Amino acid sequence: MAEPTIFEISSAGRIGVKYPSPDVPETPLPVNFARDQLPLPELSEQDVIRHYTRLSKLNYSVDGGFYPLGSCTMKYNPRVNERAARLPGFASVHPFQPVETVQGCLAIMYNLQLWLQEISGFKGVSLQPAAGAQGEFVGVSIIKSYHESRKDSKRTKILIPDSAHGTNPASSAMKGYEIVPIPTDANGDVDLEALRAACDETTAGLMLTNPNTLGLFEKDVVEVIQIVHAAGGLVYGDGANLNALLGIVRPGDLGIDIMHFNLHKTFSTPHGGGGPGSGPVGVASHLVDFLPAPVVDVMEKGTEDMAPLYGFRSPSRTIGRVKSFNGHFGMLVRAFVYISMHGPDGLLSISKYAVLNANYLLAKLKPYYKLPYDRVCMHEFVLEGRWEDAPGVIALDIAKRLMDYGFHPPTNYFPLIVHDALMIEPTETENKQILDAFAEALIKIAGEAKTEPELLKTAPHVTPVGRLDEVKAARDLVLCCWIPELSSP
Amino acid sequence: MFIPHTGSETGEMLKELGLKSIDELFNDVPVEYRFPKLDLPAALSEMEAFSMAQAISQSNESTQDLVCFLGAGAYNHYIPSVVDSVISRGEFFTAYTPYQPEISQGTLQAVFEYQSLIAALTGMDVSNASHYDGATACAEAGVLAYHHFFGKRPRMVVAPSVHPHYRETMRTYLGGYAEIQITGDDPDRDPLSTPDYLISLVDQHTSLVLVQYPDFFGRIFDLTEFAKAVHEKGALLAVAVNPLSLGLLKPPSDFGADIVVGEGQSLGIPLSFGGPYLGIFATRKELVRKLAGRLVGESIDQQGRKGYVLTLTAREQHIRRDKATSNICTNQGLMALASSVYLSALGKHGLKSVANLCYQKAHYAASRIAKVPGFAVLDDSPFFHEFIVHCPESVEDLNLHLLDHGILGGYDLGCDYPSLEDHMLVAVTELVDKEDIDMLCDVLSEVKHG
Amino acid sequence: METPAELKYAKTDEWVRVEGEFAVIGITDYAQEQLSDVVFVEVPFSIGDKGKKNTQCATVESVKAAADVNFPVSGELVEINDALSSSPELLNSDPFGKAWILKVKMSDPAELNELMDSGAYIKYCEGRH
Repeated sequence: MAEPTIFEISSAGRIGVKYPSPDVPETPLPVNFARDQLPLPELSEQDVIRHYTRLSKLNYSVDGGFYPLGSCTMKYNPRVNERAARLPGFASVHPFQPVETVQGCLAIMYNLQLWLQEISGFKGVSLQPAAGAQGEFVGVSIIKSYHESRKDSKRTKILIPDSAHGTNPASSAMKGYEIVPIPTDANGDVDLEALRAACDETTAGLMLTNPNTLGLFEKDVVEVIQIVHAAGGLVYGDGANLNALLGIVRPGDLGIDIMHFNLHKTFSTPHGGGGPGSGPVGVASHLVDFLPAPVVDVMEKGTEDMAPLYGFRSPSRTIGRVKSFNGHFGMLVRAFVYISMHGPDGLLSISKYAVLNANYLLAKLKPYYKLPYDRVCMHEFVLEGRWEDAPGVIALDIAKRLMDYGFHPPTNYFPLIVHDALMIEPTETENKQILDAFAEALIKIAGEAKTEPELLKTAPHVTPVGRLDEVKAARDLVLCCWIPELSSP
Repeated sequence: MFIPHTGSETGEMLKELGLKSIDELFNDVPVEYRFPKLDLPAALSEMEAFSMAQAISQSNESTQDLVCFLGAGAYNHYIPSVVDSVISRGEFFTAYTPYQPEISQGTLQAVFEYQSLIAALTGMDVSNASHYDGATACAEAGVLAYHHFFGKRPRMVVAPSVHPHYRETMRTYLGGYAEIQITGDDPDRDPLSTPDYLISLVDQHTSLVLVQYPDFFGRIFDLTEFAKAVHEKGALLAVAVNPLSLGLLKPPSDFGADIVVGEGQSLGIPLSFGGPYLGIFATRKELVRKLAGRLVGESIDQQGRKGYVLTLTAREQHIRRDKATSNICTNQGLMALASSVYLSALGKHGLKSVANLCYQKAHYAASRIAKVPGFAVLDDSPFFHEFIVHCPESVEDLNLHLLDHGILGGYDLGCDYPSLEDHMLVAVTELVDKEDIDMLCDVLSEVKHG
Repeated sequence: METPAELKYAKTDEWVRVEGEFAVIGITDYAQEQLSDVVFVEVPFSIGDKGKKNTQCATVESVKAAADVNFPVSGELVEINDALSSSPELLNSDPFGKAWILKVKMSDPAELNELMDSGAYIKYCEGRH
């Protein structure tokens, strides 16, 4: 049974949360500013709780099951993170309080900056960007400012591998760059010859995801970076796949100039049904001055008896402010607690087991699904969701059928360079039994595709709704609830 | 540590892969850089980590300990218990973007309802599923306007009374479009000038005019004539709002706004030292295809059951790539849910009550502070819950003094507006009692003046 | 796949119907099939604007893709098909007839020689994956 909307549950006159009457003498509101109609619902508190509880039960979530969405790193979200972020000394702090009163918040931010630097091999970090895409925008902006500072106006192009996430070219275009796609070679690496040919004095930089979106570690990553540097360009690292590299290799050591982190991927902050994320950016020493403002720094050094005094400062050649206030502090607390519970050995284990889990699953599925690039994978891998002897069955059908087996499907149709791609990322927090069950489901589905394809084409069958008409949704565009109050003649 | 594998399970897995150790899976990594030693503190147990976090949090002062008169774009409101109760449900906060609608109807319907609540609150036709915050929502309004006129109208007029962070963020975002010129808020312009002053700057090259309501200084203006003048020049009018104030005040749609943006933090989202917050973006239906960010629409399945689905996705980065007008992917999903729960739980009566409490208490505070010798309240315009106080000493010194009495004083406007040295922006919310206001005035009257 | 013989075709899947000094422009059956259900068509120009060959003249959006339509020949925009804003699905059902996108007054009719005839276009499409 479908859950009605809050407007449909509403009943005129019903009161929810009540507030006291004003305890001060009344000041009348000028009549020309008074609102006539406020078409919000009228619900009791229990209506609200019941409605949202019922809605929540229609959702699949990491808490509910295996969620192998490639490139999203849907790992378990530790509850202690939630408790820490809700501590009143964090949750009730105003961003504009005098610095002396928020030294705890600043200590968290300063130490997180240092830790992210240490993990990635960078010399400066800004915690401002709100999400990965914003981190990318910052990265491209820094590239632009860097070349402008050297009075090099010829650099108008950004090179982007054809396997890249859509946010890469979108972010570059926002800064006015022309995008030059670089093909992937038969081994799944960046095509070195194509890269060499594309690099010249018009190259501002390369956006590189490593491991790439195929889940493969760029074998010639050092050479790739050297080629771009030799042409005078910078290398931006898309850190979405960092879950494979913790304690394994540091992007800064390889020569990457700038990289964004996704705290909501690698560092376990929850995905929230679409956000909030957090996308800090790390840079090599020559770019530290360009970081977005503000960064946290030590204003007065500490002594044996006194902690250092932390404060905000604006880097000398900053690209500017990218959002209001201080970044997503609530997510920074979660990442800070997470890293503190792992330490260097724990972080290394994360990547080791993320990669072990992926390879284990890959080995089980290889006999049944085409693997376009047959190599050891990192934390994720991409299969083709189609078979010659199952004409008409596409990746979408496999994804929908997986839901009948109780699993969230992997990422579909990305990267674009693989036909009917299924991108699978198990993460390190899943145990062997779950991986076995998932592999078994996919193997069954591979069989069904040949013998009973209709089961896939009409899937899912056991979910609250079946496949929805997306064409109708786009053509008949209904983006708001029907609100009775607004419909009266 | 959350890795569930036992020693024997790891052994079995390695055996199936024909490997002796997990390390063998990393042979593609250049050997000279492989397995660096990370200089980080050793791992803590949950108990130790939480104790540490608690100790650090206790070294902060917060609005739990202090009476708060500080606003300037982030407000100390009471968050009803239902909000956290709902957003703490793992089914909501550990889910991701609803790419597979069949198993994400909870998130999708919640977002659909959020879009509807925001549209109803702002009086606009459609809302998106959120931006990062009020500042980036303003920047996206600029991007929308730029593309709406196909780049032919490169000028944007922005009032100096728009939040300084919003204006800075707009400049960072729009700097990538070489020909865009943002004007109206130059330092030599009187920041307290009324919106009408901006009209002379609007011409046929202007794509967007942005004002704030209530403005950064708390003031409210009737923007009806202003909107007409902007439209006469063919430009779009964007209004940045405090959504809580719309529980009491006429919505910008009544004035003729084309775009309404804003900061949703005041709708049930904790202060949290600056984030995560909520960017609101709503507009008229003619502009719906220019909207950035996710949109949830209604549809049906093959059995005729109603359902919700992400729609108009061809606008977004994962399809348009370099032709997308925005790169936004992850948004503020859980914060949008929080604000929906807040608006649902308060409803039309509750929201009006809260807004009215803020209005009444702020006006009481203003009238009392105006009577304290040495202090003057700038009140030539109506205001919502914030107002400017001209102080007899520096705001910084005054705030230190107030802190000693357990009071968090207002925002130092001299930080952003050179002509407003010694001017404090005071905010009053429903959490402030009459006694707190009276105490504030007692402390202020101790301050030397004249 | 339909490929009317009297039209000219571009490699980027636009067709041209020559009407004296005017060129009527649309997208081919192959293109609409690739896009699948069209939900929106946008022409970001006004009457009187001049377009150059191989630059963008329109955007066609479907549920899963958004494609740019290019001017197959240069010219001044004289007419835009209003029917597509209310019925974008015409592009799927009648790409060569009711779903013409725009009409230009050609500035350089010699450009027509650079386009393919229907036979060449059919061969070209066969060679694509």
